[in-house]
Amino acid sequence: MFPTPIEKTSRAWQITYQSLIPVVLVIWLLPLIAVAVFSMKPLADFTNGNYWGLPSSFEGFANYYRVFFESDMPRYLLNSVFITVPTVIGAVALSAMTGFALGIYKFKGNLLIFFLFIAGNFVPFQILMVPVRDLTLDLGLYDTKTGLVLFHIAFQTGFCTLFMRNFIRALPFQLIEAARVEGIAEWRIFIYVVLPLIKPALAALSVLVFTFIWNDYFWAIVLTQGPGSQPVTAGITSFNSQFVAQYHLMSAGSIVAALPPVAMFFLMQKHFIAGLTLGAVK
Amino acid sequence: MTTAAPETRSWYKRNEISVTPWLFLIPGMFFFAMYVIIPIFQSFYISFFEWNGLGKLSEEGVYVGLDNYQRLLGGDRKFETSFWNNLKWLVLYLLAIPLGLAISLFLNQTVRGIRLYKSLFFFPFVISQVVVGLVFSWFYLPREGLLNAILTFFGADTINVLGDPTMATYGIIAAGLWPQTAYCMILYLTGLNSVDPEQVEAARLDGAKGHKMLWHVILPQLKPATFIAFVVTIIGALRSFDLISVMTNGGPFGSTRVLSFYMFEESLSEFGFRMGYGAAIAVVLFFIMLFFIGYFLWSMYQDEKGAR
Repeated sequence: MFPTPIEKTSRAWQITYQSLIPVVLVIWLLPLIAVAVFSMKPLADFTNGNYWGLPSSFEGFANYYRVFFESDMPRYLLNSVFITVPTVIGAVALSAMTGFALGIYKFKGNLLIFFLFIAGNFVPFQILMVPVRDLTLDLGLYDTKTGLVLFHIAFQTGFCTLFMRNFIRALPFQLIEAARVEGIAEWRIFIYVVLPLIKPALAALSVLVFTFIWNDYFWAIVLTQGPGSQPVTAGITSFNSQFVAQYHLMSAGSIVAALPPVAMFFLMQKHFIAGLTLGAVK
Repeated sequence: MTTAAPETRSWYKRNEISVTPWLFLIPGMFFFAMYVIIPIFQSFYISFFEWNGLGKLSEEGVYVGLDNYQRLLGGDRKFETSFWNNLKWLVLYLLAIPLGLAISLFLNQTVRGIRLYKSLFFFPFVISQVVVGLVFSWFYLPREGLLNAILTFFGADTINVLGDPTMATYGIIAAGLWPQTAYCMILYLTGLNSVDPEQVEAARLDGAKGHKMLWHVILPQLKPATFIAFVVTIIGALRSFDLISVMTNGGPFGSTRVLSFYMFEESLSEFGFRMGYGAAIAVVLFFIMLFFIGYFLWSMYQDEKGAR
């Protein structure tokens, strides 16, 4: 193991290390801690210039209450859910199929199609912006959640195919061959042999795509406009213009907007990291 | 007597193995082509027009040939600023890799509660860039911000990071480095997990330690992690948009624009929709990216060839 395991070092360094970690962590998360503290303060602290002293009173509940009941925040959050969940289902389903096709079968153009998916996935969004906006307008889906979902599914399919194909490729191929010898139809092999085996990949992709889509901002402002369809990342800017310079409320709002992916991460940590680090080890 | 089966089987049954992959590919490819592949070519096409995005391109657009590119590359000040800022982003963003490696080395221990520490260190990456941007713009606030509170505490002068054209871009890049470093850290932590302990022990017996060990024994084994860290960092740097839009909206005096932001501004700003010009900027950005995409695909192709 590298660096030298702490158990094998001097007692003094062990103690230093143990006490150093929390200190470094606090410094690392300082900007975030600052916002969390802001969100607990009353308005009076800001008008009196008491930015960094102790809160003169604890107003956490009142601030968060106002975020939920006196702003459009709940609508934006709900929009985010209705955009994110269908995208996750769509992108994961499509890529399980493409991944199966590219990972199991040998045919002409296999690698070419695979590389097309990867390349498309690296492309700067901006080159898609004008045509995709136009297409969405033509389909009558501008400023709708559906329009945003369709695009997200398509774009995420690139990344998800890369992931799925490599995962399926690593499965023991004898299982497929054995099923074929038994005379099982190919689509049944997909459903009864491959799908159960790729459950970890399905889970990992679902959490990753959830986070990516929840956090998307660019497409949200390109394809949607108002509280009727905008997700929370875009909504937070109008939220902030509603509460200009009221840092306690803006802080509480940001924390609410950021929370769902954070919760997802802590609940599904193993899958999340497995997904992100795919390919980081050989 | 048994007769040969094939004649009685349907066409699909006979060609099952060659047809199935295409059936599975069609929905995914259809979506991907419609929303990703074809739009790339459409953008190229649009970049030869002057078009305000209202009405059909074929009716309202005016074909101007290479005019957009000539204007862009022939002394558009905004374009030059954006381009140089993109370069700054590219170079400085790469700092996420050594920083991430340093934190991962610091955390690669098995003390109590280390798993929780690792996740807490990682957690900036999970937050949306919009919130990261807001958090940092409040951190930098001249009066209320924590940064200046700390500077004053140490007796230094206060600074207005995002209000100063010479500092603003660096302030935004620093904000971007925060989640990106966390990402690289997690890549390296996973990589360190799979470092061959026998090689490390053998090297230790040979008297290797510290940075020598790191450079000659550990880093070569972390190569796959470094490659991915490199890929995601480059792409992240060239995609930077959210932070700029949230933190400065391109200002002060346009000093924090990058190509992706400038493109957006030209195409969809309140000054009017200049889709053709925007598309031309996107094409330039695409070619910068293509250079890297080519390299990534080439390395992946080498791996594929090695695999079979």
